Amino acid sequence: MSEWRLYEVFVRSKHGLNHKHVGSVHAADNEMAMENARELYTRRNEGVSIWVVPSETITASASDEKEILFDPSEDKVYRHASFYKLPDEVGHM
Amino acid sequence: MYAQMVDTGTKRLKTLEEMSPEERDFQEKVDAETKIEAKNWMPDGYRKTLIRQISQHAHSEIVGMLPEGNWVTRAPTLKRKLQLMAKIQDEAGHGLYLYSAMETLGADRDEEIQKLHDGKAKYSSIFNYPTLNWSDMGAVGWLVDGAAIVNQVVLQRTSYGPYSRAMVRICKEESFHQRQGYQILLDMMREGTQEQKDMVQDSINRLWWPALMMFGPHDDESPNSQQSMVWKIKRKSNDELRQMFIDQTIPQLEFLGCTVPDPDLKWNEERGHYDFGDIDWKEFYDVLKGDGPCNHERISTRRKAIDEGAWVREAAVAYAAKQKQRAAKAA
Repeated sequence: MSEWRLYEVFVRSKHGLNHKHVGSVHAADNEMAMENARELYTRRNEGVSIWVVPSETITASASDEKEILFDPSEDKVYRHASFYKLPDEVGHM
Repeated sequence: MYAQMVDTGTKRLKTLEEMSPEERDFQEKVDAETKIEAKNWMPDGYRKTLIRQISQHAHSEIVGMLPEGNWVTRAPTLKRKLQLMAKIQDEAGHGLYLYSAMETLGADRDEEIQKLHDGKAKYSSIFNYPTLNWSDMGAVGWLVDGAAIVNQVVLQRTSYGPYSRAMVRICKEESFHQRQGYQILLDMMREGTQEQKDMVQDSINRLWWPALMMFGPHDDESPNSQQSMVWKIKRKSNDELRQMFIDQTIPQLEFLGCTVPDPDLKWNEERGHYDFGDIDWKEFYDVLKGDGPCNHERISTRRKAIDEGAWVREAAVAYAAKQKQRAAKAA
């Protein structure tokens, strides 16, 4: 089975929602990956749409890059609406 | 104090001060209930223990299909047959979720399955018992899946992210298994003939003790537990889980109007738990070693399935290659 590729499976659970990663499957080709994903991850109405993506084509951030990637956004409080205090009289904005 | 068991199996307790900075970071993360993910640094022993545990868990799901497969063609009605097939398909799915979780640790699925077929990897002792009559399908669903649920509900909080997420998915599906099993027994007890009622009691008599053995040896006989608990791979001890299972199962047993083959079983008001008799640990270790009633049969069935299915896997690869070639030519 080592000749079979590994695919990551993403399922849209309801119309209007994002696809979400649910797990992976092995398959000989894309069609089989889709069939296997359907059998494995949507046996009980878990989804309305499936994506299968060869795992090797995914570029992921490494855990030791966490600081480089995500720290810069930590000190930018002014990017959040809650940073701007308005007088009560203005009402909901 | 943090205690860790070195991989050699000898109990050497490592204090926080003795740990390398990486080990300390790791342990602090585990203690803070931060899930460990595939790309995070982890001690070698943690990785190996997980691979061993998850593969064993996956093998159990796969081998667990066999005692039930025995009854697909003998199910009493079409309804029961469909339910049984759905349950068996779930077990295959559970095995696959778990193998996937295991692969995130760098283990190879084929290699681990080969270890099972070579008799080098374990699976749950329970699946080495035969399923002799239809009510065994009920008793397996109720008791065996019931015991598995007690174990797995707790494992949803295990420290390794992919394992924990597989457990969440599995637990959602398991309760169907247990309820369909109990309902089989309930129908037989309520509407069955005396012969059918006797069959239910016979199933419980045979499966009760093996179900209790599923939780593994007593805590003081379980040398790896301590390490697994510190790493939070394991969240509750074998004896705790076994007691939980007994406490929740006995009222269901009484509702059925059946008994368990344990003269020592009785409610202990003071403890707030059921007391129960001694488990035959010799039997447990024999089955685990490979000398149970069905060990040989289970493994040879698995081997046969892999060998005789080889051509299907080869054909799938050949077909995929051909389609790829055609697509390249057309382009």
